Amino acid sequence: MTGDFPKEWQYRTPKTKLLIWAFWLCMVAGFVYCWQVMTEGTIWYFVQDAPRQAADIGGRMWPPKLSYVPELMIPLWDTLNMATLGTMLGVILAVPVAFMAARNTTPSATFLRPLALFIIVASRSINSLIWALLLVAILGPGILAGIIAIGLRSIGFVGKLLYEAIEETDVTQIEAIRATGASPAQVLNYAIVPQIMPAFWGITVFRWDINIRESAILGLVGAGGLGLKLQASLNVLSWPQVTTILLLILITVVISEWVSARVRAALI
Amino acid sequence: MTSYPTTWKRPPQIFKHRGWRIGLQIAVLAWFVLAIGSIDANWERIIAGGERGLRFVQGFLQPDFTSRWSDIRGGLIESLTMTFTSTIVGIAISIPIGIGAARNLAPRPVYYVCRSIIAVSRALQEVIVAIFFVAMFGFGPFAGFLTLTFATIGFIAKLLAEDIEGIDESQAEAVRATGASWLQLINYAVQPQVMPRLIGLSLYRFDINFRESAVIGIVGAGGIGATLNTAIDRYEYDSAGAILLIIIGIVLIAEYGSSYLRKFLQ
Amino acid sequence: MLSVEHLTKTYKTGDKALSDVSFTVEKGQVVGLIGPSGAGKSSLIRCVNRLVEPTSGAIKLNGTNLVGLGAGDLRRARRRIGMIFQEYALVERLTVMENVLSGRLGYVSFWQSFSRRYPATDVERAYRLLDRVGLIDHADKRADALSGGQRQRVGIARALSQEPELLLVDEPTASLDPKTSRQIMRLLIEICQERDLPAIVNIHDVPLAQQFMQRIIGLRAGAVVFDGTPDQLTEDVLTTIYGAEDWTAMRTGAAEDEQAERDAAREMARLGA
Repeated sequence: MTGDFPKEWQYRTPKTKLLIWAFWLCMVAGFVYCWQVMTEGTIWYFVQDAPRQAADIGGRMWPPKLSYVPELMIPLWDTLNMATLGTMLGVILAVPVAFMAARNTTPSATFLRPLALFIIVASRSINSLIWALLLVAILGPGILAGIIAIGLRSIGFVGKLLYEAIEETDVTQIEAIRATGASPAQVLNYAIVPQIMPAFWGITVFRWDINIRESAILGLVGAGGLGLKLQASLNVLSWPQVTTILLLILITVVISEWVSARVRAALI
Repeated sequence: MTSYPTTWKRPPQIFKHRGWRIGLQIAVLAWFVLAIGSIDANWERIIAGGERGLRFVQGFLQPDFTSRWSDIRGGLIESLTMTFTSTIVGIAISIPIGIGAARNLAPRPVYYVCRSIIAVSRALQEVIVAIFFVAMFGFGPFAGFLTLTFATIGFIAKLLAEDIEGIDESQAEAVRATGASWLQLINYAVQPQVMPRLIGLSLYRFDINFRESAVIGIVGAGGIGATLNTAIDRYEYDSAGAILLIIIGIVLIAEYGSSYLRKFLQ
Repeated sequence: MLSVEHLTKTYKTGDKALSDVSFTVEKGQVVGLIGPSGAGKSSLIRCVNRLVEPTSGAIKLNGTNLVGLGAGDLRRARRRIGMIFQEYALVERLTVMENVLSGRLGYVSFWQSFSRRYPATDVERAYRLLDRVGLIDHADKRADALSGGQRQRVGIARALSQEPELLLVDEPTASLDPKTSRQIMRLLIEICQERDLPAIVNIHDVPLAQQFMQRIIGLRAGAVVFDGTPDQLTEDVLTTIYGAEDWTAMRTGAAEDEQAERDAAREMARLGA
């Protein structure tokens, strides 16, 4: 049998090939253009000087000033409280938002659902440091601004993951509870809440872990905690203190990540 | 006729021992009281701030895009170019590191080196990294670009490595059985399996990098964050509101755009 | 007594699931509902307790027309109708006891159910039912710790704790192995006889229906094409219900099932020995 096979085998059709080439060309051109715009104001002398600067700072940073640690205990306590209370605030605010945003539980798909989705996007788009910057200007410095900043940022994260969990609940379990003659509140309590509980705790602990990292730096804009000490040390160029604070933050983050991973593993 | 109990209590699910449960409840309550006590709010200052808060809400509802437009425009251009270049460079560096950090492909020493790079990149907050890069490279978007690139590496390389470790071994086996070299193995067995997710991750990281670019400006690394910081320092809440709305808008566009692009590519 | 009169259901997509279905079920009678998938069995059973809203027709349970009831009246009507599901539909993360007690939700206030403080009679009844289905030792276990057959028994106990006047049973054995399927069917029939309870049972397994049901209704494309005793269910009738090829395929399927069951029994015997 002699079929008329093509002599050359081609991986892609000419048209897709062309598209892929065009895509790469656009990416390269875009990159070069962006690079030029971005580096317009860059002073290359500083860039060349950077290795020397890095070596200089590195030299000054070591060894860390361990005698500074006792002074950091109260800011550490503040940081942990800011993260934990902020997470609690965020979760309390996020739960109703999540139920409004989930397609299967929203009381009004035309009005409340878009509103809830907007709250989630707005909260997710704006970093807690920006919230803190605003709140410090409004409420004055202190950990209250930090707690609210962490809380506001957490709404979006917890709200989004929670409403996805609500939408993924098993419909037959809900149907079964409805079939017993349960009221809507009872359906929520017996069919939906038990199903989302593991997701809820997992998300909360996960966000708490992230919030510990974030609350460590909120002090840079005046919201209390370790960041405040970091800012003070940077201002007086006391590099050994900076190293000490960074090490403390690192240890805290590692521990909180371990706790969070353990709790999440226990939930599954 | 047997008789049955008339009461039922839900058995405790996590802490079976009664003493533990009560102890834990007391500890949580004690912590809560102490934590609330340590807030130490200055009520006079907060009440005085009420008026400013109101002005901010008004600024958010009636944003002023015009009076600081040239600053906003400059900040936005810096942020967007920073985001674009750092995402691309970050991904380019992440791919070899991600492959190196996959246990099923890389030799032991390479694996440990790559995993350490990822761990360092993930452990350091963007803002802290930015502080150092600003100190080394001077103020401006170049330091921001380096910060975001650095953060992208930890993010993409880690998820890429996990993805490669999770590929279907039988496909790799089949390619290996044809006598393919290591590079051919990557190209034929690994790349097709992880490519869709890599594209998804890259788009997601672009989104994150833009949001982060708004933050690192606060410590001097250029971008829209610097403009925002200035606006808040000057108490120009209507301009600040405008900037926040622009950030939200761009994040929204990026999110919808990436989900659309992902659907298109599949 | 349940009577379904001229029941029609058309979905929003335009699919006609049921057209002009009428029948009555007497007290204590167990009716099997057979038909190919897509014939409207599931829609019919869900129309009765209005998990699916009927388009037109009437459904009368002991004199009350369920169609057109308002939300509150519907909830009161639903608590008189017990339902048993194909995939058990237990709330997996609640305990067995909570699942059984959830049958009482229509009778207690929200706070009673929220705090799990059910009236003594409800708790006693729940224990009695768990004993009846042979699971009294499992009351405090979580539902997802049970096997398929055990879960379906909890499903039965939940439906019975409603003290229903009618049972709706949707493919009770579809997720179970042949042996457990027969045990569950036997339990269902016994319970209906004990309580003089009428039941509608959706069932895709014709031999199983013939073995256990007193009366069989055959649905095809949303219409009743057969209504009679299992003896009257001849090859010809089955061909009308399922179409020629499907029916032959199904019979071979059933034969394979039986074969598999015999193999399994032999295997078990060998392992035991």
